[in-house]
Amino acid sequence: MTDFFQLLFSGVATGSIYALAALGFTLLWQASGTINFAQGEFVMLPAFAMLGFSAAGLPLPIAFLVTCVLAVVVLGWGFKRGIADPLLRHGLMPIVVATIGLSIAMRNGVRAGYSAEAHPFPSLFGDALFHIAGITITAGDVGTLVVALALVLGTQAFLSKTVTGRAMQAVAQNTESATVLGINVPRMVFYTFAVNALLACAAALLVTPTYLAKFDMGEGLGNKAFFAAIIGGFNNSRGALLGGVIVGVAENLAAAYVSPAYKDAVALVLFMAVILFKPEGLMGKKEMRKV
Amino acid sequence: MKTAHKLGALAILVLLLAAPPLLKSYGVYLFTTWLIFIIATMGLNLTVGYAGQKSLGHAAFFGLGAYTVAILLQHGVSFWIGLPTAMALCFVIGILLGFPALRVQAIYLAFATLGFNTAVWLVMRNEEWLTGGTFGINGITRPSLFGTSLDGALPYYYFVLVIALVLAGLLWGLLRSPWGKAFTALRDNPIRAESLGINIQRYTLLAFAIGAVYAGIAGALFGSLVQFIEPAPFTVGASIMMYLMVVVGGPGYFFGPVLGSAVGVLLPEWLRFAQAWYLFVFGALVVLLMLWLPDGLLSIPDRLKARRQAREASAARAASAAAAEQAAQKGEGQ
Repeated sequence: MTDFFQLLFSGVATGSIYALAALGFTLLWQASGTINFAQGEFVMLPAFAMLGFSAAGLPLPIAFLVTCVLAVVVLGWGFKRGIADPLLRHGLMPIVVATIGLSIAMRNGVRAGYSAEAHPFPSLFGDALFHIAGITITAGDVGTLVVALALVLGTQAFLSKTVTGRAMQAVAQNTESATVLGINVPRMVFYTFAVNALLACAAALLVTPTYLAKFDMGEGLGNKAFFAAIIGGFNNSRGALLGGVIVGVAENLAAAYVSPAYKDAVALVLFMAVILFKPEGLMGKKEMRKV
Repeated sequence: MKTAHKLGALAILVLLLAAPPLLKSYGVYLFTTWLIFIIATMGLNLTVGYAGQKSLGHAAFFGLGAYTVAILLQHGVSFWIGLPTAMALCFVIGILLGFPALRVQAIYLAFATLGFNTAVWLVMRNEEWLTGGTFGINGITRPSLFGTSLDGALPYYYFVLVIALVLAGLLWGLLRSPWGKAFTALRDNPIRAESLGINIQRYTLLAFAIGAVYAGIAGALFGSLVQFIEPAPFTVGASIMMYLMVVVGGPGYFFGPVLGSAVGVLLPEWLRFAQAWYLFVFGALVVLLMLWLPDGLLSIPDRLKARRQAREASAARAASAAAAEQAAQKGEGQ
C-alpha cells in the first residue's frame, strides 16, 4: 500500500508539469484558435537557454528570469507575429503544419547546433528525502508539485480575478463582443501568447532536472500535454490541471502494475475512452457549430 | 482530364519507365522507395487532401502492412495471401480507430492517430515473440509473379510501378465517382455537405480507412524491398514526415504525392552534404512554405491563374466602366 501512495504522489508531481504545458496549450486554443504542435519544443528551448546562461556564469534564478524575458519576446511575440497571425486566416491546417515544421526545425537546430547529448540540469530543490508514515518522497517531487500547483492556480486567479485576465477570457469566449466592449483584442491575444511562453519556461525549470536537457525532450512532453488538455476539456483551463494529473498518475501506476514498456500508451487509452464517452472532456462544455 | 494534367502524367510516366535501367542499383532502390512512398502518400492525400482530415499516424499503417506480410512469410504464408490480409487488417483497424475520433472534432483524429502510432510502435518494439523487437525481422523474401522471380532490383521496381499505377487509377476513378465528390464536399464545407444528405461520419471514416489500406500496401512492398524490418521506420516522426510530404506537394492535388514524396525521399539524398542541418532547414522551409503557399507547391499554377484572371477581370471592369462613362457623356451631350 505504501508503494501505491508513493507512486500516486510522484505521479501527481509529474502530472502537474503536464498540466503546465497543457494549460498554455488550452489558453492559446481558446484565445486565438492556435493549435501549437511545437508546445514540447517551447519547453525544450528555455531549458537549453537556462543551461547556456548558467554556463556563462549567471546563477540559476537570474538565468531563469533572463530566459523568461527572452521567451516572451521570441516564443510569445515572435511566434504570434511571425507564424500565428499570418496563418490563422487560412484555417487550421496551415498552422498545424507550420508548428510541426517549427518543432522539427527547433529540435534539429538544437541537435545540430548545440549537442545531441543529454545534459544534466541543476534541481531547484536539492535531493533531500522525506519519510512520512512509511512513504518516501523526494524534495524534488514536493517542490515540483507545490510550484506547479501554485502556477496553475495563480494563472487561474489571474484570469478570473484581474481586469486584464477577465478581458483575456472575454476575448477567448467571444472576440466580436469583446471588441465592441472596447477591449484591445490583439493585445489580449498577445498576453495569452506571453503567458504560454512563461508557463513553458516554468515547466522547463521543473521538468529538466528529471528529464535532462536533450533536443528531443519536448516530443513526449508535448504529446502528453495535448492528451491532458483534451482529457480534461479542451475549452476549459481548469480541465488542463485535472487532465495533467490524471495522465501523470495513470502512467505511473500502469508502469508499476501493468507494464513499464507500455507506459507511453496510457495517455492514448485514456484519451480514446474520454472521446468515446465524454467527447467534450471531463470538465469541458459542449460547443455549438457554426455554418 | 485537363491538358496540363495529361502532360504532367505523361512526363512522370516516361521518367518512371525510362530512367531506372540507366541507373546504378542504389538509384533503382531510391526510385523504388520513391514509388512506395507515392503509394503511401496517395492514400494519405485521400484522407488529408480530399476528405480534409488530419492524420498523423500513417506510418503505423505502413508498419502494419510491412509486419503483417513479414510475420506471415516467417510462417510460410505466401506474399499473395499476406498482402490482402494486410489490406484487410489496415481497413478494419482504420475503421476502429477513426470511429471514436471522427465522432468529435476533426482535429481529434490528429491526436488519436498520433497516439495510435506510438502504441503500434511500442508493440513492434516490445513484443519480441511476434515482431522480433528491436532486432526486427530478417530475410523477407521478394514475391514471384506467375513463376517469374522478382528478386532483381529492376524487375521488382517495375512490379512496384505496375501496382502504383493500378492504385493511382483506382484512386482517380474513386475521386471521379459520386463518392469522391462527396469527400471533396465534406472537406470544403462539412455542414453544408451534411445538409445535402451526405453522411459525414461514414464518408470521412471510409476515406480514412481507404487511406490506411494504401499505406498497408506500401508497407508490404517496403518490407519486400528492404528485406529487413525493424521498428525505426514506423515512428511518429515518420508519420509526420508523410503528412508533410502531402502538404508540401499540395493536398487535394492528384499529383501532389508524386512531388511531395520526391521532396521527402529524393531530396535528402542530394542534400547529404548538409547532414545534421538538413532537418533543421527542412522544418524551416515547411514554415516558410506555409506562410507563402499554404496550399502546397502544386498550387502555384492555380495561384498564377487566379492572379491572371483577377487582372483580366479588373481590366474588363475598368473597360466597361470607361464605356459606361462615355455612353453617359454622350447622353448628356445630346
